[in-house]
Amino acid sequence: MKLAFSQIDSRATALSVKDLSFSYGGKKALDHVGFEIQAGECAVLLGPNGAGKSTLFALITRLYDARSGRIELCGFDIKKQTSKALGRLGVVFQQSTLDMDLTVMQNLDYHAALHGMGGKFAKQRIQQELERLNMYERRKEKIRQLNGGHRRRVEIARALLHKPSLLLLDEPTVGLDVPSRQDIVEYVHHLAKDENIAVLWATHLIDEIFPEDKLIILHKGQIEAAGSVAEILQQTGVATIKEAFYALTQGTQE
Amino acid sequence: MKFLHYWRAMWGIIWRECWRFVTQRERFVSALVRPLVWLFIFAAGFRSALGLAISPPYETYILYEVYIVPGLCGMIQLFNGMQSSLSMVYDREMGSMRILLTCPLPRWFLLLSKLLAGTAVSILQVYVFLGIAWCYEIRPPIPGFGWILPALTLSGLMLGALGLLLSSFIKQLENFAGVMNFVIFPMFFMSTALYPLWKIKESSALLYRLAEYNPFSQAVELIRYALYGQFNQTAFVYTLAALIVFMTLAILGYNPSKGMMTRKGGSG
Repeated sequence: MKLAFSQIDSRATALSVKDLSFSYGGKKALDHVGFEIQAGECAVLLGPNGAGKSTLFALITRLYDARSGRIELCGFDIKKQTSKALGRLGVVFQQSTLDMDLTVMQNLDYHAALHGMGGKFAKQRIQQELERLNMYERRKEKIRQLNGGHRRRVEIARALLHKPSLLLLDEPTVGLDVPSRQDIVEYVHHLAKDENIAVLWATHLIDEIFPEDKLIILHKGQIEAAGSVAEILQQTGVATIKEAFYALTQGTQE
Repeated sequence: MKFLHYWRAMWGIIWRECWRFVTQRERFVSALVRPLVWLFIFAAGFRSALGLAISPPYETYILYEVYIVPGLCGMIQLFNGMQSSLSMVYDREMGSMRILLTCPLPRWFLLLSKLLAGTAVSILQVYVFLGIAWCYEIRPPIPGFGWILPALTLSGLMLGALGLLLSSFIKQLENFAGVMNFVIFPMFFMSTALYPLWKIKESSALLYRLAEYNPFSQAVELIRYALYGQFNQTAFVYTLAALIVFMTLAILGYNPSKGMMTRKGGSG
């Protein structure tokens, strides 16, 4: 079975969002949002609560349908070529989406089946991903028995099972202790750097940003700034990301 | 390759549903206790109160217990359909519905697979119930156990589709009590599950009409006739039509551009 990851070249656009707007009833959640993420790039979507991060993720994963604007994953329009686009996407949602009464292995088997993987190939992929996250030994344990950090690792392994070109993470470190957070942040950056996966990481925790990351600052449904960390600091004329964030979001407190 | 993908995904969904059912023992037991209480207690008490004339598909006078068995098979499927709907709302609240809906397959196929999984579970329950009823001396003709399978599949799909439709409208688990009061009870009591149509007609012409057009009545009649080796065409067509309508509406309900999903709001 061929998987998408190997097909993407090192400079391809993994995610392209153009002129995206979305409203809940009369309330505008996203207003003409647009940005691109290249393969191998780790983009951090930074925004206070209510900025529109989860809505943006729901639109990229097509849980919601964008009425205006366009979203492309590896060149596939999410609206017109939904299956092809979703096949290149791995997602870790903010809320855990694992089945608590099933084991680690059963959860991953289920996901492999949903992505058309079966037999030895699926088992091999599950083993590879779990071993990389040091979770293979715990494959027979029920999710309910795992702590928050380990559950997140299983979710990351699951999101990578079908070798996606784009990995979406919606505040994946919320509620985790410092070492677990650190592990996940470093692992995801390694994926972008060494495996050429494009990452879109939504967070409101500034210490999760690496100097080489791309920053997208979302506030009240609009992109206030997008670029490298250095570019944003230069643009705002401040010394730290924290100051830049406050300057761009007009003093919004977390 | 694409076919294999669909096949694996469908079995993955059915396997997960069956596994969850098997591991939730209390759900299995309660699914059986409900119809057995009706059979052993309610029907025994009403045996003499309700006189039943000979009416198709029965060829002789029958006991009340015999009459309500197909209705109780329908009840198992009705509750199972609603249980599946409850599990869909639970899945959505817990987030696992998102994983299903973001996999690279058409949404109608995913919902259909969910529906098939729920129906498979309900058929299993019905056969266990019929086995217990057999020990209680309620013995339909043996071939009826084979004929009933396609009827149960259709009725199970129809009631499951109704559950799916409801789950696309129910926002939270707490609202599920409303489904019990406004859907399950009226559908069950306003049907031919517990009493034949002509009995209802004696009391109220309006109730008679409502019961006649109740899709659950038609599903019960389909099962009743099939259990006695007969085919009720009207019930078949009506149940099939109800399945198509409910399924179409459920797919629309889960469609990201037309359905309810976008009205629920986001958190961030």
